[in-house]
Amino acid sequence: MIPASFDYLAPTSVADALSALAEAGDDVEVLAGGQSLLPILRMRLNAPDKVIDLGRIKELQGVSEDGDHVVIGAMTTYADVLASDLVRQHAGLLTDAIAEVADPQIRHRGTVGGALVHADPAGDVGAPALALDTEFVITGSGGERTVAAGDFFQDLFETAVGEGELLTAIRIPKHTGWGHRYEKFVRVSHQWSIVAVAATVRVDGGTIAEARIGLTNMGSTPLRATAVEQALVGKAATDEAVRDACAAAADGTNPPSDLNGDSDYRKHLATVLTRRAVLAAAGG
Amino acid sequence: MTRISVTVDGVDYSDEVEPRTLLVHYLREQLGKTGTVVGCDTSNCGACTVHLDGRSVKSCNVLAVQADGHDVTTIEGLATNGELHPMQQAFHECHALQCGYCTPGMIMQAIDVLNDNPNPSEQEIRVGLEGNLCRCTGYHNIVKAVQQAAGAGAATGSSAGTTSGSTLGGEPV
Repeated sequence: MIPASFDYLAPTSVADALSALAEAGDDVEVLAGGQSLLPILRMRLNAPDKVIDLGRIKELQGVSEDGDHVVIGAMTTYADVLASDLVRQHAGLLTDAIAEVADPQIRHRGTVGGALVHADPAGDVGAPALALDTEFVITGSGGERTVAAGDFFQDLFETAVGEGELLTAIRIPKHTGWGHRYEKFVRVSHQWSIVAVAATVRVDGGTIAEARIGLTNMGSTPLRATAVEQALVGKAATDEAVRDACAAAADGTNPPSDLNGDSDYRKHLATVLTRRAVLAAAGG
Repeated sequence: MTRISVTVDGVDYSDEVEPRTLLVHYLREQLGKTGTVVGCDTSNCGACTVHLDGRSVKSCNVLAVQADGHDVTTIEGLATNGELHPMQQAFHECHALQCGYCTPGMIMQAIDVLNDNPNPSEQEIRVGLEGNLCRCTGYHNIVKAVQQAAGAGAATGSSAGTTSGSTLGGEPV
């Protein structure tokens, strides 16, 4: 399978990329790591006139620290985030989730920013990003703006990144010392999540003080299980207490039905995986 | 057309490609390096795995223009002076293949696994190879081969290309 013809631009700065985007007209796709876009182009599900490759823009790559935040450039590969001690120490939930993304070859090319903007609800980085209250830095011709996690994911494959804009970085508030676990349910290796749950928990003296839970593939966007988060506060980190709180994990969700399982099955999975994730996070 | 300069298996090439050309098609059809195969064509099976700047990638999921200025190692660049790379030798000795179609990608990924972790457990080897599918062997002898190669220190030399690569269709610089 070979993509339809397109014009290719490879700018080396964000400013040049924004200019290219402004001049490109409507029929343009932005190429990040390409691990989702290239299959789409090969299968001709999309055939843009122009492709703008961000792969040569060094300023979009890398992990850094900014006070109480860890900052990840949008074009940082999964592999580089996985190898980052800063991310592991302060946002370990993201490390856990990225370890479950696809396979090593894809993690060498795929980027965190590309995956977030692609916004596949079965993708593995949206739920942890949401659970960690990530701030999304979006840059356009008018400068930068920051969007809260809850406003970033708008619908299936739709985000707050508008026409002529790029996601340039994500800023994750440090969750130093929080336990974390990403529980992914698949039937075969390196499959898209049928359901997955991202949980990070702060335990204080055997009691859950705070909990953040994100759900993968339980609706058209990643979702927060806020009812469970609230129910967990003040509970002992025991199987029984956590089980009760996690019974509400599927409340307010609208998961898809497909060959891997129907909607009710996914709702059941969400409660089980949330319990496992929270218990593991509270124990670790 | 776009001009790209790529080092493949130690040889510098400069070629005109269409932007839509996939790296695997550039390797096979312009450079004649048919050792790298197309398996599933959906980025699932890993048969087309090569190293880009020393890290494994699925070459059906990379554009040739993205490799401009970079270094590619294929299965054809592993042997030096007719001597098999230790991973190739281990696959041979452990009979880690039947039909052989997945083997080029499996060997390239197996070398990547050892580059990351020179002494992996059996489980770490299996996880490291999760993006490579084999429909014949049940993976048993593949895992054995990687274990044997790890013992032989196969984690080095992944990007040690030959200097006598094929130039068929390509334009050596």
